[in-house]
Amino acid sequence: MFADAGMFANYMLNAWEVATIVAVVAPLVGFYVVLRGSSFVAHAVPEAAFAGAAGASLLGLNTLFGLGIFALGASLGIGAFGRRGRHDVVTALAMVLMLGMGSLFLSWSSEYAPEIYSLLFGEVLGVSSNEIGITAVLGAISLAALALLHRPLLLTSLMPEVAEARGVRGHRVEMAFLAVVALATTAAVPVVGALLMFSLMVGPPAAARCLVKNPLGTTALSVAIALAVVWGAIAASYQTDWPIGFFVTGFAFAAYVVAQLGRRLGTVRRRFVRAGAGANPAVTAGGVA
Amino acid sequence: MEALWHALFAPGFFTSQPVRQAVLVGGVVPIVAGAVGVFTVLRGQSFAGHSLSALGTLGGSGAFLLGITPLWGILTCGFAVAGVMELAGTQRRRGRDVATGLVLSTALGVSALLLYLVTMSGSTTGVTVTLLFGSLFALSGITVPAMTLLALVCLAVLALLYRPLLLSSVSPELAAARGVRVRWLGLAFLLLLALAAALCSVAVGTILSTALLIGPAATALRLTRRPARAMVLAGLVGVVSTWIGVVLAYDSYLWPPAGKGWPVSFFVVAVILLCYLLAGFAPAARRGSGRAGPTGRAGEQPSSGPREPLTPARLR
Repeated sequence: MFADAGMFANYMLNAWEVATIVAVVAPLVGFYVVLRGSSFVAHAVPEAAFAGAAGASLLGLNTLFGLGIFALGASLGIGAFGRRGRHDVVTALAMVLMLGMGSLFLSWSSEYAPEIYSLLFGEVLGVSSNEIGITAVLGAISLAALALLHRPLLLTSLMPEVAEARGVRGHRVEMAFLAVVALATTAAVPVVGALLMFSLMVGPPAAARCLVKNPLGTTALSVAIALAVVWGAIAASYQTDWPIGFFVTGFAFAAYVVAQLGRRLGTVRRRFVRAGAGANPAVTAGGVA
Repeated sequence: MEALWHALFAPGFFTSQPVRQAVLVGGVVPIVAGAVGVFTVLRGQSFAGHSLSALGTLGGSGAFLLGITPLWGILTCGFAVAGVMELAGTQRRRGRDVATGLVLSTALGVSALLLYLVTMSGSTTGVTVTLLFGSLFALSGITVPAMTLLALVCLAVLALLYRPLLLSSVSPELAAARGVRVRWLGLAFLLLLALAAALCSVAVGTILSTALLIGPAATALRLTRRPARAMVLAGLVGVVSTWIGVVLAYDSYLWPPAGKGWPVSFFVVAVILLCYLLAGFAPAARRGSGRAGPTGRAGEQPSSGPREPLTPARLR
């Protein structure tokens, strides 16, 4: 089906490379997002970043600048204002503020509709090799930061009391983590789009967690799932000419549903086996009846 | 005096038909949004509220493709998705945000496809922006009476469910012990939320409607701890901010840089956020949000933020 060699033509290579980078970085960040239950923030930051991109194009700057500044501003603002209680309300309000500014910038600029569309819903064609370099650097920085933060992040997510007793400052870790989310967002939004970034970030880790228990296995599996999703999406998008965002979200959701079903099936089978080992005759009798 | 009046309301404000419609809708929708929004904030379901309104994108783009009024598309889709969310396990706090977010992004992915198809069919070009960021000035005449009717239905149902809903929002265990069917109530509330979100989406656009839903309610809850009073206050804040937004947007046709007007949704969102920030300075808020205050605790639902302790059992 995908035997068409055209999709590996020169102008497509950049797309494959940049999508691969994003597919490695996003789920690794997403693993901690799922662990910490900060899904709403992970959804809000990319949408806020969109306003930055609109503003940058208004001023004639590279959109990555705008994305980076607004993503960082939004995530640090959410972290600072959401310190006491009501995290979700602050997140929602910060997001709509940024989106409102985005709509203002859009109304001022003479941006063509297709370009706005590609910022919102993603576009892999037309990535220059220059941009691949920037994406790679941003991705590498966020991975390095994650490696540094790994232990305190796990500790504050899983055992907040222990973390506090050990002198880990929860709020500082949270702010650092939000900054990493912002960086990863900046790298990924040009490819998968502001509205759909969440799928790639949270879908694969959420699916992987249904199937594997230990952290290392989960991260490895989620990167594998993300790669499969993104590569499949590029291929499908190339074949059909439909927007890539549709395939990314669709495949990610499918992976999540399959993993959920797999887990349910697993628990049912385990229960059945356990029951069978304990009281075999009763179960078989029940089965026959 | 005359000059000031004209500076405030640019010439033609009171005779313009779109403005009259915008003011009418701006006086109806925020009242529903405020009432439902207070419950949304109390239940800590801001993300669900945002999702249901952002999901209007799917219904709206589908409606554009089929050529029907966006309101009906948004509404149908909102109800369907509220059901899916309930099935996908959003009633449990643990996996709620993940499930909500994934359903949301997938629906947005599908709307990306639909919008692409709409643009391909070539009839309209600015559909994406219209749908996402909306405009109160561009409502069709058929929609306004329907919106008013839906708003009344929503308020009536909310009034019927008021007491059990309040109880289950503040303390689900207590409500269950008293024989309230928490799960059905949760579903009913999601449907109400979908209805309110659809109305907001038509008014200020699908991704900005969260502002109308959450903003006034959060503002009101900063000022008072009584749910009923908060609802009235939220409605008031919403209506006033929307009207101020309409006036400013109408005036902005004379402003730089382009001379083609700033988006009305931007003003509405900005005024609402300003209200929220100002409410933080009010004396009642400082008293109410003090962390030790026993009266303040009743309305405070633990946020699903990172400080919520995660026991190993919750992690699977």
